[in-house]
Amino acid sequence: MSASQSASSGPDTTVVEVRDLHKRFGGNHVLDGVSFALCEGERAVVLGRSGSGKSVLLRHLVGLVQPDSGSISLFGQELVGLSRAALYQLRLQVGVLFQGAALLDSMTVYENVTLGLRTHGIHSEADLRRRAAAKLAEVGLPGIEDSMPASLSGGMRKRVGLARAVAMDPRMVLYDEPTTGLDPVMSDVINNLILQYARRTRMTSVVVTHDMTSAFKVGTRFLMLHKGRIIFDGDVGALRGCTDPRIAGFIAGDAGALDLLR
Amino acid sequence: MIVLRLFGALGRLALRQLEHVGGVAIMLLQVARGLPRAGRYAGETVLQMHRVGIGSMGLVALTSVFTGAVATVQARYQFSNLVPDMFLGTVVAKSVFIELGPVLTALVVAGRVSASMAAELGTMRVTEQIDALETLAVPPTDYLIVPRFLAAACMVPALTAFADLLAILGGLFVAVTTLGVSSQIFLSGLRTFFEIGDVLGGLIKALVFGIVIAHMGCFFGMAASGGAEGVGRATTRAVVAACVLILLNDYLLAEILSRVVFT
Repeated sequence: MSASQSASSGPDTTVVEVRDLHKRFGGNHVLDGVSFALCEGERAVVLGRSGSGKSVLLRHLVGLVQPDSGSISLFGQELVGLSRAALYQLRLQVGVLFQGAALLDSMTVYENVTLGLRTHGIHSEADLRRRAAAKLAEVGLPGIEDSMPASLSGGMRKRVGLARAVAMDPRMVLYDEPTTGLDPVMSDVINNLILQYARRTRMTSVVVTHDMTSAFKVGTRFLMLHKGRIIFDGDVGALRGCTDPRIAGFIAGDAGALDLLR
Repeated sequence: MIVLRLFGALGRLALRQLEHVGGVAIMLLQVARGLPRAGRYAGETVLQMHRVGIGSMGLVALTSVFTGAVATVQARYQFSNLVPDMFLGTVVAKSVFIELGPVLTALVVAGRVSASMAAELGTMRVTEQIDALETLAVPPTDYLIVPRFLAAACMVPALTAFADLLAILGGLFVAVTTLGVSSQIFLSGLRTFFEIGDVLGGLIKALVFGIVIAHMGCFFGMAASGGAEGVGRATTRAVVAACVLILLNDYLLAEILSRVVFT
């Protein structure tokens, strides 16, 4: 099925399907048989300690890392072994907010937000300006088009990164530690934006975080990674009621769980 | 046991070097495949041309003026009273066109440009900016690498021509002001034995050196990892590799061009 065909899919369509994913870096088995599927509109939060493979899993979902074995289906297309041209076509439907926002330093905010649009078909300067202004207004940063990323605060950079991630109206957005390094108020602003985009457009969201306040606010489904495996997959009720001491300890931020999560 | 460890370490080192050679070759192929789409990022190419060319002019001017001056003083010293002064212009011009102009320009530009490319791309790599380009479906090779290759391939020969001119002027100035050789004698020696092949050969060398400079800067920058320390390491490696490859290619090109162009 082509990407364009899958765009007209129904409400319970599987957007992502990961099967038996394995990835090693040297002797470190980062992903050890990860499997899950996400439906359209779901807001999945991937939890786990630092170094548990959350970001590596996220990078697999957009083809930035190729697995050693296993398969990843995105909008019905197999990512593993996909040609570069086909992969780029598929990526037009996925936005990514990186941990440090990853804004291109040499470009203005406007150029950052419109880079994808400019490369993929929109060449009218007026149209690009209009779209950039709209996306920046959505994230609460109107009128900063001509600023350079270096002059922005951490929270502003994250929001510009989010405006860039959603500039091409993707069907799915991946958030890598969206609230890390932000104050509680700015973290809440980012969480509200994630919810706003997900609710308004039935966008599928995958949020990698270890900020439990953020996780509970934005998530409808929770996956916990430990030693490269998913040790929990369920909704908020199941997560709160979970008696596994590793998961309960992690949620509570209990130092006593440290040994169990090593 | 020690012997086994030694062989193991040597094997790992050899594998790492082979990996580098493979990576360098793959990047060259990717650039060749990206060339037909170069027009899409013409603005980036012009920006890089400005950085490589205009940005290096001062350093190249300084180096080349002194190179011409030193070449003139050394030639006069070695001629003593055995060779007529007319040949001063001939020797300085030929050594500048064939060897000193392209090689010294390339080494100076390598120090500046390879380092800057490796540092910029390395920082982009470790701050996930290159991954961001990938996720926006903007091919990093087309957007970042091809413009740098084109800029260096165009501007290093241009800088070499500029350096050739300034080196001759530097040599002429020293010949007239400190060695007592008239400008007519210096220039008549230059004109009498002037071969356009010498200049063209030097510019061909400069073209290859330009590609080497961009290639090493881009390769080590794109391969950077491990934060600020990794970027620093990539920058050093880029400059060292570029300088070594410039000298190696200089010898290989001298062998080839002496049979084809410098006849």
